[in-house]
Amino acid sequence: MNQPELHVLAVDDSTVDRKVIQKLLQISSFKVTVVDSGSRALQYLGLDEEKNSDCRFNDLKVNMIMTDYSMPGMTGFELLKKIKNSSTLKEIPVVIMSSENSMTRIDRCLEEGAEDYLLKPVKLSDLRRLKDTILKTGPDHTDQTQTRKRKHKIDQSQEPDYHDQTLSPPSSPQHAQTKRARL
Amino acid sequence: MAAVSQLQRQFIEYTTSLYNEGYLDDQFTQLQKLQDESNPDFVVEVVSLFFEDSEKLLNNLATALQQKIVDYKQVDSHVHQFKGSSSSIGAQRVTTVCVHFRNYCDEQNLDGCLRCLQQLNHEYILVRNKLEALFRLEQQILQAGGSIPMME
Repeated sequence: MNQPELHVLAVDDSTVDRKVIQKLLQISSFKVTVVDSGSRALQYLGLDEEKNSDCRFNDLKVNMIMTDYSMPGMTGFELLKKIKNSSTLKEIPVVIMSSENSMTRIDRCLEEGAEDYLLKPVKLSDLRRLKDTILKTGPDHTDQTQTRKRKHKIDQSQEPDYHDQTLSPPSSPQHAQTKRARL
Repeated sequence: MAAVSQLQRQFIEYTTSLYNEGYLDDQFTQLQKLQDESNPDFVVEVVSLFFEDSEKLLNNLATALQQKIVDYKQVDSHVHQFKGSSSSIGAQRVTTVCVHFRNYCDEQNLDGCLRCLQQLNHEYILVRNKLEALFRLEQQILQAGGSIPMME
């Protein structure tokens, strides 16, 4: 296997979720770094204003960032914006994870440049799909991919806007997620 | 060997009842699938983190609801966290109470919130006891030289 491991930076304020996402990523053969806040994520990525960012080494290179949406202090959305506004980091795909199945929130994240929006709890199949996408498109992300994704998610607006996935109809609480998988 | 198969049968029956009675949902199964020889205690470790987290949150909730002027945003934030962690381990009944709890927070309904906190305590203790019993069964099977049956 000549392919170097993809390095994912996962951001979540929940101890339980950090442990789970770390395991999911390891099993999916990603190299994983987990931090507990947006500000720590920025520090790790070298965007900390106080630190001198000259000491970035290649083996710390991050290929993808996965962040929880609702976090105290800096939300995942705010983190996403900071990354997309950074000349050095904007090419890194950012995936948002959230328990809220809200079309407005999903759309807002995609429009801000998120690679994808995953409903929690995140599944192995989500990561398999992400890995394929990242490996296929690589660093040269075209606008086409984003448009396709937005269209697909807007298709889901046929579904009522559930504020909470546990209130969804008997079919499956993950139905929104399953639809997304048919990308 | 009879002891092992009896324990295994007990395990299957117990696990099935936990799913049927809604204590656990598919997410718990997903966690079990992540466990392997390189990390044989993964599920126990995650669940232990959940127990720690829950006890902290239940204390925080009790304190927040005892304030003269209740900060419902703060209460909601604790419940949201609890909802997240319970959902991450598949503790379905706990998650359901959290959903109702959040509605009462939205309405700033103190009575509703206090009732939900009581329910939350109750459901948490139930699922904690049941998970601990499940883990004990697993240990017994392993100690008797058997393997833990895979639940579909």
